[in-house]
Amino acid sequence: MNLTLQMIHTKFILRLGIFVASVMLTLSCSPDDKQQVTTKNNLVWQDEFNIDGAPDPLIWGADIGNGEAEGIPGWGNEERQYYTDRPENVVVENGVLKITALKESFQGADYTSARILTKGKYQKKYGRFEARIKLPWGQGLWPAFWLLGDDNNGAQSWPQIGEIDIMEYRGQEPTIVHGSMHGPGYSGGQAITKQYDLVTDRLDTNFHVYGIEWGPGYVNYYIDDVLYNQITPDDVTGNWVFDDNEFYIIMNVAVGGTFVGAPGLNTVYPQTMHVDYVRVYE
Amino acid sequence: MKISKRTFYKMSLTLGVVFMTTVSCERDLSDDAVLAGFSKTGEIYTDTFVSMGSDFYLPFAGSKPDAFSVDSQVGYQSNSSIRIDVPNAVDPTGNYAGAIFRVDGAGRDLSGFNALTFWVKASRGVSVDAFGFGQDFFGDKYQVTANNVNVGTNWSKVIIPIPDPSKLVEERGAFWYAMGTQGTGGSGYIVWMDDIKFENLATVAQPRPAISNGEDASTSSFIGVNLKVTGLIQTFNLASGLEQVITVAPSYYDFTASDPSVAAVDPFGNIAVSAAGTSVITATLAGNDAAGSLTINSQGNFQLPPAPTRDPNNVISIFSDAYTNVPVDYYNGFWLPGSSTGSADFSVNGDNILNYTNFNYVGTQTSNPLVDASSMTMVHFDLYIPGPVPNNFDFLISIEDWGPNGVDNGGDDSRQQIFVRRNQVVADTWVSIDAPLTLVNRDNIGLIIYENINFSSLRNFYLDNVYYYN
Repeated sequence: MNLTLQMIHTKFILRLGIFVASVMLTLSCSPDDKQQVTTKNNLVWQDEFNIDGAPDPLIWGADIGNGEAEGIPGWGNEERQYYTDRPENVVVENGVLKITALKESFQGADYTSARILTKGKYQKKYGRFEARIKLPWGQGLWPAFWLLGDDNNGAQSWPQIGEIDIMEYRGQEPTIVHGSMHGPGYSGGQAITKQYDLVTDRLDTNFHVYGIEWGPGYVNYYIDDVLYNQITPDDVTGNWVFDDNEFYIIMNVAVGGTFVGAPGLNTVYPQTMHVDYVRVYE
Repeated sequence: MKISKRTFYKMSLTLGVVFMTTVSCERDLSDDAVLAGFSKTGEIYTDTFVSMGSDFYLPFAGSKPDAFSVDSQVGYQSNSSIRIDVPNAVDPTGNYAGAIFRVDGAGRDLSGFNALTFWVKASRGVSVDAFGFGQDFFGDKYQVTANNVNVGTNWSKVIIPIPDPSKLVEERGAFWYAMGTQGTGGSGYIVWMDDIKFENLATVAQPRPAISNGEDASTSSFIGVNLKVTGLIQTFNLASGLEQVITVAPSYYDFTASDPSVAAVDPFGNIAVSAAGTSVITATLAGNDAAGSLTINSQGNFQLPPAPTRDPNNVISIFSDAYTNVPVDYYNGFWLPGSSTGSADFSVNGDNILNYTNFNYVGTQTSNPLVDASSMTMVHFDLYIPGPVPNNFDFLISIEDWGPNGVDNGGDDSRQQIFVRRNQVVADTWVSIDAPLTLVNRDNIGLIIYENINFSSLRNFYLDNVYYYN
């Protein structure tokens, strides 16, 4: 145990520098540090996806369509899918949430998928947000686990409301996760972002834990036991908008779009994002 | 032999367990209880050859025998690599480079790996015809091939997945390659390879086996026909996102016939048709369903073409079981990108039949040596069209002489055309075509080309007994 902790600490020193390492060393005397990269361990909200059927309506709503109704066709990113809440696209089965992208003609689109969100049902400022996910794969698949700031009943709009992308991924890069923040002056292609390459493992063959630890003036990004980025007000090229609003959780699989490019001719469908759980700690 | 060996291991394992159980209260386990097995070494060449023995390099027939050397200046993060000097197409000692690297000694247990990997670069950008493993010249039971591998002038890593590692418990075919100059206009080049080894990579994923190239194919057939399941490929997704397609030997698959009494399939993908009816061939590989299928529609008894009766002394045979054929380079050159024609050749009671599928045009090449038909006056073909003959059927046979310089398109070629019209053919019947040889120069015949003309929609036909005679 001591040896393992020592090794982990060595990793942190290499990855994060002396400052973070010394923080961790200070905290390491706590014997129940299961997720060593985090300091927030008090579970305050969760969906373990233990009841088969549609996602729990007390927790999740669903966006429907191609974004036209919201005034952002292609959901603002030239995405190709039409979102539905049909079980073909979103369902809980055997303890896992499955969001599935299908190649089918539907309401004028060539693909269907799903996007569920906790808007108005669970919103929170600060905390450790994490989910255990197995990702889909193939050119043009764009799954995401992310947070959007509350828009105060439409009084505020993106990017002023803020966006924290805990996990984004390109299906054609099966070893690379992206973590990003969007705000005023640093949105879309100018988002503050960092990617992390597992190199020797993939994101579509096994479950991995994707998380952030979000507090006043910082967001830490991690995958499994690797903390790979910290973003602070010093890093963003505009106002820091993450110390005011509550944010809600979104999980979706897009097909095509500016971030990921056109779907490949040989991309295999259906493609499913499997989510074992979503948890929030303080 | 192999079976008896395996049985022996099983027995010794069982006996060993019994023995250990009996005496375990008295003795610790000793090394003697370890099950015997084959070397689990994965390295083939890592700046030097690893456990390959001495006589491991076996070139293919017709390849340049001295194409292979070890370069002691160039290497991937080292100064040593395997160097292949691919010869110019006109090199008299061999017009391509190709060989297998076979373990000189007992085979290896590669079941703990999932891919062959190596670093490669070339003196110019080139698409290498083939890299692979599992070719041992003893049946090539577990051969795997990656075709048309892009190699640039900087080092890059090639990853060739193993379709089912559990099959490779005693494998001698460690590595093989074939490199020609079709894509370089006949100019030779150099390829360096280093760090050739089997690895276990968690990033090799999403295996998708297929038969019939993933299509649901069907074919007319007959009692007595023997044919093979073709289009055996598997696609993997690599860490780079690359969809790596490999060609896979049938022994990796488990085949199933829906009605074995009509058409049965053996573990090597050989299909034997024994009754009228329909049988659908499907397969799995390492527990994954293979995409694609082959439906055999057996019409019952097959009608063979009339047996040739001409005196062999007056015949130059290109394709016939009645005569000794001259050397033929190929009966289907799979000419890309224009030709869509596939081959589903079969045999009935020992009579081999050429079957061209998805036909637009196809050629038979006889360039090693060119055919001297100067003493012949006629040419013969037996043609069979299964199923309905398209109304727009229009068929052209061209015989091409490569002239005194013996080079295709060398400026002195000449060509004879033989047209076969709709009224000359009958569905489901052999038709014999006999045409006078009108080529003035016919001592350097290099090609016979078959093609649809005038938008003919013929897609499938059989061919037999192709020969020149007088």
